[in-house]
Amino acid sequence: MLQNTARLQSLIPVDFTGFIAVVKRDCATCRLIEPVLREMSERLNLLLYSQDAPAFPESIVNVRDDTELELSYRHEIEIVPTLIRCHAGAETDRLVGWQRDEWRSLTEMPALGGGLPVFSPGCGSKSVDPGMPDKLAFKFGDTPLQAQRIDLAAQQDEHELAFERGWSDGLPVVPPTEERVLKMLGGTTRSPTEIIGIIPPDNVPCTIEKVAINAVMAGCKPEYLPVVLAAVEAVCRDEFCMHGVLATTYFAGPIIIVNGPIRERIGMNWGNNVLGQGNRANSTIGRALQLVIRNVGGGRPGGVDRAALGQPGKLGFCIPEREHDSYWESLSVERGFSPGDSTVTLFAGGGVHPIADQKSRVPESLMLSLARSISTVHHPKIYGAADALLIISPEHMRVFREAGWGKARFRDELSKHLTIDGSDVLAGREGIAEGMPARFAEKRLNKFRSDGLLIVHAGGSAGMWSAIISGWAASGPNGSIPVTVPIKS
Amino acid sequence: MQLLDPTSERQPASRERLPRPQSLTNKRVALLDISKPRGDVFLDRLASQLDSIGIETRRYQKPTFTRVAPVDLKHQIVSECDLVIEALAD
Repeated sequence: MLQNTARLQSLIPVDFTGFIAVVKRDCATCRLIEPVLREMSERLNLLLYSQDAPAFPESIVNVRDDTELELSYRHEIEIVPTLIRCHAGAETDRLVGWQRDEWRSLTEMPALGGGLPVFSPGCGSKSVDPGMPDKLAFKFGDTPLQAQRIDLAAQQDEHELAFERGWSDGLPVVPPTEERVLKMLGGTTRSPTEIIGIIPPDNVPCTIEKVAINAVMAGCKPEYLPVVLAAVEAVCRDEFCMHGVLATTYFAGPIIIVNGPIRERIGMNWGNNVLGQGNRANSTIGRALQLVIRNVGGGRPGGVDRAALGQPGKLGFCIPEREHDSYWESLSVERGFSPGDSTVTLFAGGGVHPIADQKSRVPESLMLSLARSISTVHHPKIYGAADALLIISPEHMRVFREAGWGKARFRDELSKHLTIDGSDVLAGREGIAEGMPARFAEKRLNKFRSDGLLIVHAGGSAGMWSAIISGWAASGPNGSIPVTVPIKS
Repeated sequence: MQLLDPTSERQPASRERLPRPQSLTNKRVALLDISKPRGDVFLDRLASQLDSIGIETRRYQKPTFTRVAPVDLKHQIVSECDLVIEALAD
């Protein structure tokens, strides 16, 4: 298939009728068929291109130089030798490797290659060496990319430019060259021009290309891109209320929880130090989302981002659930997906608050212990405002597993112990002005609205710690609701 | 080296502020509550002070402080009032 007919006309004669052969010296079969090529060049209209040595094959005159690989790229050569028959400028037939009968038939030369084996396989074309297709796509201008190009002067430092232009979150970014962005787009089958969502706070339509540029800058590999795209889609949902999450003076930022087979496929870490540094996928996927909000949406600290304190996870916060040895159904299964689905769940959360319990060996004790810590989230005297994300470690889950407590039972018991009399937490009580308004005095209050507590299993095998993360103070329909979306390829 | 622009490539639109009124005489003032706690306390005080000097006010409320004001609400305020005072609270 010709990729660019107009451009090809400068490579081969217009209305060319005859044969094109592509070879390289580094291929034993190409060297083997040198007599065949010589005979064809004497009797047929043959354009012979060499990928690695312009003089090869030496016994033939007028070998054409394709060391730049432009013809190989434009003709999508995957194997050498390749023999193409053209009629009036269009390809009609193609053979790869040496197959004597087929070459004889195509060239109508019944004695061709008489002394050669019947068959000899070809080698990979240099144009499909690892990384080469992206380089060639960039080099020869077949780019679907529409972003504005920014030229750097010879002495200009590309890393400093990213800082100067305000593209960075404060850490160095990978310079988004066209070659890198094209490679990134190889991570999805979706069109670079597809609008994936309207990014707050500036409410700007965002293409997949723009997400890919920011994913490059964040340090993502192409296989992470579908996760980043799903995360961008999720924060654009009205119910997530990203504008408000950004504008609040509270700590909240988008936290991404990944479920399903893609976690393993892209090498995420759900074990030791899951909430910490060290894993490329965990660290860069969340960062890519934040860079999209910053660069495409225009959301920057001190601008629409009015966080008083913020939290370190606003550089990027993405974790997978530890599913393979969990006794409880995963977050995404609880939220209506099947275990085989890969999903992201977006939660507007603050920083990590540790929960220690090294002594509980029965579920009742551990549940009460967790409840006591969880009841202090956001504020010990405020109920039903902030959602929360509870991260249960393997050693804590073991206590529930050994006692046969499923997730539903745990939720039920926990909820009972997170329900109190409103009169206990009224504003002004205990000498603390903060608290619930007087109208709640006669009511029973739960710490969380229904569906307001997300529970995820994650962490290393040793350590009787869990963690609680506060949601936004304005959780729920009037603020932010967690959003789960499937990850598309 | 050539880089691709990661931003929206939009130039921010800049608009001139309307001239500030010289006086509130014969002007109607919108008092916008964004639904944050205690915003109403602030606006109640303003309403009574404006009323005491003969300035007409009308109260409006955003459904939630977490989202920008609905277009309909903004249009209603523009068509019914000359000025708006918004209580950001906190």
